[in-house]
Amino acid sequence: MTIPAGLRRAVLRAQRDTGFLAAGVLPHLALVPVWAWAAATIARTGNWLLTVSLSAALVLLGTPVLTAVQRARYRVLIGVDVPRLTPTAPEQWTWASTARWLAATWPWRKIGYHLLLGPLLALLELLVLAVAAACVAGVIAYAWSWALPTGVRQDWFGYLTQLPAYTAAGLLLLCALPWTARAVARAEARLALGLLGPSQAQRLQERVDQLTVSRTDLIEAVDAERRRIERDLHDGTQQRLVSLAVNLGLAIATCPDLSSDAREVIARAHLEAKEAIAELNDLVRGLHPAVLEDRGLDAALSGLAARTPLPVRLRVDLEERVAPNVESVAYFVISEALTNATKHANAMHAEVVVRQVGEVLRVRVTDDGLGGADAAGGTGLTGLAKRVGSLDGAFHVSSPVGGPTTITAELPCAR
Amino acid sequence: MRAVIAEDSVLLRVGLIKVLEMGGFQVVAEAGDAEGLLAAVAEHRPELALIDVRMPPGFTDEGVRAAMEIRRRWPGTPVVLLSQYVEERYAADLLSANTSGVGYLLKQRVADVADFVAAVRRVADGGTALDPQVVAQLLLRRDSDPLARLTLREREVLGLMAEGRSNAGIAQALVVSESAVAKHINNIFAKLDLPVVDADHRRVLAVLRFLGASRA
Repeated sequence: MTIPAGLRRAVLRAQRDTGFLAAGVLPHLALVPVWAWAAATIARTGNWLLTVSLSAALVLLGTPVLTAVQRARYRVLIGVDVPRLTPTAPEQWTWASTARWLAATWPWRKIGYHLLLGPLLALLELLVLAVAAACVAGVIAYAWSWALPTGVRQDWFGYLTQLPAYTAAGLLLLCALPWTARAVARAEARLALGLLGPSQAQRLQERVDQLTVSRTDLIEAVDAERRRIERDLHDGTQQRLVSLAVNLGLAIATCPDLSSDAREVIARAHLEAKEAIAELNDLVRGLHPAVLEDRGLDAALSGLAARTPLPVRLRVDLEERVAPNVESVAYFVISEALTNATKHANAMHAEVVVRQVGEVLRVRVTDDGLGGADAAGGTGLTGLAKRVGSLDGAFHVSSPVGGPTTITAELPCAR
Repeated sequence: MRAVIAEDSVLLRVGLIKVLEMGGFQVVAEAGDAEGLLAAVAEHRPELALIDVRMPPGFTDEGVRAAMEIRRRWPGTPVVLLSQYVEERYAADLLSANTSGVGYLLKQRVADVADFVAAVRRVADGGTALDPQVVAQLLLRRDSDPLARLTLREREVLGLMAEGRSNAGIAQALVVSESAVAKHINNIFAKLDLPVVDADHRRVLAVLRFLGASRA
C-alpha cells in the first residue's frame, strides 16, 4: 500500500510541529521557578529588596542563554531564523546617543518573552500535546481498552457503543491536529520574531544603514568602472587610432608621386581617422575626464566649456575640492546640460555657475535656447536626476516652451 | 637637431620618430616614462623634448611635471607636450615660468604631418605652439577683462596668434589678406594696450603674458 505524498507530508509536518511545541515546554517554563521562588520568599521573609535583586540578576543572566536556546529551537525544528541584532556603538557618547544605544541593547522585549509570555506559551504547548495524546488514545482505543478493569470497561468502553465514538472522535481530532499545531507554531514564531529579534524600527534602521553603504559602494564601483574603461580606451584604441592617422599623414607627406586617385583615397582615410579620433575623444572624455581626478572640477570644466560649440560663461566659486563622487556628478550634470543646450535647444549662449554654499554644492546651467525640456521625458535628464538622487541631491529643471532652460542641482558635499 | 621622445605607447612612438625625422630631427633617445625622460635629457641635452602628458605610473600629468622639471634644470630646453586632451591648467603650469620654446598640442595634430613639423620646429627655435583648444580654454575665462572689447574676428586672430602662427599663417587660416590680418593685430594691440613689436614670437609672448597676468 502506498501512502499519498500529500498525506505523508501532512503527517511529517504535524510530527515536526508537535515536536517543536514539545521542545518549547521546558525552556518556556525555565524562569517560572525563579519568580515562584521570589514570590514565595518575599511572602515568607518579607525581604523583598534582596529577593527582587537576586531574581532580577538570575533573569538577566538567564535571558541570553534562553534566547540562544529558543533561537536554536526555532531554527533547527521549524526553520525560522530569528535575526540577531548587534546595535553599533555610537561614535560619540552623548546622553542622547547613549540612551538610544541602551534602548537598542537592553533586552526588555526578550525578558518579556521569557518571563511573562513563556509560561503562557508553555501552557498552550501542553494543551496541544494533551490533545495529541488524547486523539492517539482515542484512535487506538480498541487496542488497549481490553486491558482495563472489567467494570470500567463495561461502563465506559462498550465495544459497540462508546468505543466507535471514541475512535471517530480521535480520528477527527487527528485530522485537526496538524492545523492546530501549525497555527500554534506559527503564532509562536511570529511572537519570537517580534520579541527576540530586532524591533521593526531597528530592522528598518539596519536596512537603511545597509542600503546606504551598498549604494555608496555601488556608486563608487560604477565610477571605478568608468575610470577603468577610460584608461583602457586611452591606452589602447585611442593610441592605435592616432598612430593610424599619423601613418596615413606620413603616407601623404612622403609619397608625392602617387596617382591622384590613390592620394584621394588616402586623404579620405586620413580625414576619417581624424574624425574617428575626435568622436572617440568626446565619448571617452564623457566617461571620466582624467583632469577631473587630477585637478578638480574647475579645471575639468574649462575643457568642457571650451569644447562646447556655443559661447559658455563659466563661473566656478569653490574654496576647496569636494568629494570625488560629488565632483563627478556635478561634471556630468553640466556636461549633459551643455550637450542638450547645443543639440536640442539651439541655444546661442549658455551660463554655468558652480558655487559651494555651506555644505551644499550648487550647480546651475542656463541656456537661451528653445526650452520645453521635460525632466520626466528625456532619458538624459532622467539619468541626471537619478545620478543626483544617488547622492541625496536635489535636481530641478525649469524649461518653459520658448526658453530659457535652467537646470539646477544641489549636491550635499560635507566632507 | 637632436630630439628626445617620451611616450609610453610603443606604437605611437614609432610614428612620432618617423614624423620628427621627416622634419629634420634626429631622435637620440626614447623613454616610456618621466624618469627615463629626465635621464635621457640629462645625458643628451637635446634641442627638443617631445613628451606625452599621461605616462606611467600615475597616468595623469607626469609629462607636465617632467617638462617643468626639465625647464627648471636645463632652462631653455624646448619642450612640446602631446596629449589626448589639452587642459588649460596644464598649459598655465607650463607657461607660468617662461613662454618661449614651449608647445602643447593635441596628439591628433601629429597626423597633419606638415603642420605638426612646422609647429615643432617653431618651438625648437624658441617659439610657441599652443593647440587651438588650449587657447580657447585660456580665452574662456576672460570675459570680464579687456578681451571682452575684442570683436569676434579679433578674438579669432588673437587665438591664432597665441597658437604661434605668423601673419601669413593667420591670413591663410582665416582666408583673408595679410594686410587685413595686420590691421586686426594692430586693433588688438591697441585694445589690449600692448606695445607693437614685429618679431613673431615676441608678440606671442606678449599675448601669453597678458593671458597669464590676469589669471590667479
